[in-house]
Amino acid sequence: MNKIDVKDVNFYYGNFQALKGINMQIQEKSVVAFIGPSGCGKSTFLRLFNRMNDLIPDTRMEGQILIDNEDIYAKGVPVDELRKRVGMVFQRPNPFPKSIFENVAYGLRVNGIKDNEFIRHRVEETLKGAALWDEVKDKLKESAFALSGGQQQRLCIARAMAVSPSVLLMDEPASALDPISTAKVEELIHELKKDYTIVIVTHNMQQAARVSDKTAYFYLGEMIEFDNTKKIFTNPSQISTQNYITGRFG
Amino acid sequence: MVKFIESELVQLKKEVDEMWTLVYNQLDRASEAVLTLNKEMAQQVIVREKRVNAFELKIDSDVEDIIALYNPVAVDLRFVLAMLKINTDLERLGDFAEGLARFVVKCEEPALDPDLLKNIRLEEMFTQVLSMLETAKQALNEESLEIATSVFAKDNLIDEINGDVTKKLVDYIGKNPESLSLCLNLISVFRKLERSGDHINNLAEEIVFYIDAKVLKHQGKTDENYPQNNNK
Repeated sequence: MNKIDVKDVNFYYGNFQALKGINMQIQEKSVVAFIGPSGCGKSTFLRLFNRMNDLIPDTRMEGQILIDNEDIYAKGVPVDELRKRVGMVFQRPNPFPKSIFENVAYGLRVNGIKDNEFIRHRVEETLKGAALWDEVKDKLKESAFALSGGQQQRLCIARAMAVSPSVLLMDEPASALDPISTAKVEELIHELKKDYTIVIVTHNMQQAARVSDKTAYFYLGEMIEFDNTKKIFTNPSQISTQNYITGRFG
Repeated sequence: MVKFIESELVQLKKEVDEMWTLVYNQLDRASEAVLTLNKEMAQQVIVREKRVNAFELKIDSDVEDIIALYNPVAVDLRFVLAMLKINTDLERLGDFAEGLARFVVKCEEPALDPDLLKNIRLEEMFTQVLSMLETAKQALNEESLEIATSVFAKDNLIDEINGDVTKKLVDYIGKNPESLSLCLNLISVFRKLERSGDHINNLAEEIVFYIDAKVLKHQGKTDENYPQNNNK
């Protein structure tokens, strides 16, 4: 079943066309990786899925993006509600200057949940889901800044998960992490796809190969190839894709 | 822009090419040694076998380094995997050359009966094996699917010659009972050449895998009409 359906999407920063005629279907509970050189439009495309680009002035989108068959750019769609369903994790861990517990509880409280027992239960459940519980259960009241970079990033993933989204967007989630933390985040992605649809932007080709079911290669705002990850990394259909993944690009 | 991996792959191809030439020369000399029962030449083949083994280890090690250090993908990965398997097949061909040379060293006859040689088509068999090996090498150098697949057809002749030889040798033994030991050894020579043909077929299959990402092995008799049939 398709979770996300992208139809003829064009996107503009002012007069500059950053995305050109993108069509894509993303299956539910799968991991899709976007790869491509800097400036190819992959992060721009990712941010369309929770309307993060709405915050950038003088931008414009054409086409349709459907999540659960609902046009997320239709008039009257509440963006706050959309972002509850479509969580996002950024390149650098960005925990709030609060305790570990409150970082995860934040989204719940903002959404008006006041039942402390429910919040406590949900924080524990989410931290377990983010494979962080065992490392932080005895220091939930300590500052999130006391955690390592890798732990902070998993905390941010837990924070995104706390409001029960069904889609997680990850923009280079492990690029600022050491190899051990990266491996933990990748294992986590593997676990999370049982419950979530995950779209990840990465510059790390091996990471895309390891974690994703399908991979899309972008170049100059166009989606050059979108196929099973195994196919992309063993025998891509497009020479441009092959040149990029084998390092012969440019 | 020159990439690190590019120069590593070029170097690997160069080494495999050298190994290929070495193994070709081994089989060529073994051929001459067998056909003329030249013990001196056979000894040279046996001595040079150590070089083939050393080459195999060097290429294995280089492939391991490339995979560990450069994480090749797509066509690069297929190339590296193909070189690894080609290396193994070439080493086996080197073993066969050595085995043929040992036949010559142990052979107590001063010369082989020319009529027998003609009848069992031994020289033709050697020529065909060497031709297959040369063609496969050309396929790799020119990265040509067409040339690679032409190797498969050549293997048919080898199988045909090998299929007839046992009966011919049995007939010969019937007329020349004192040649029993020699003829049994000749069956072993044919067996080695037939297996050489199979290994050269493998080389061609690996070249097809590298160029076209198609796996042809274990599909019964390799389709000599590939890729035309594949596209139907």
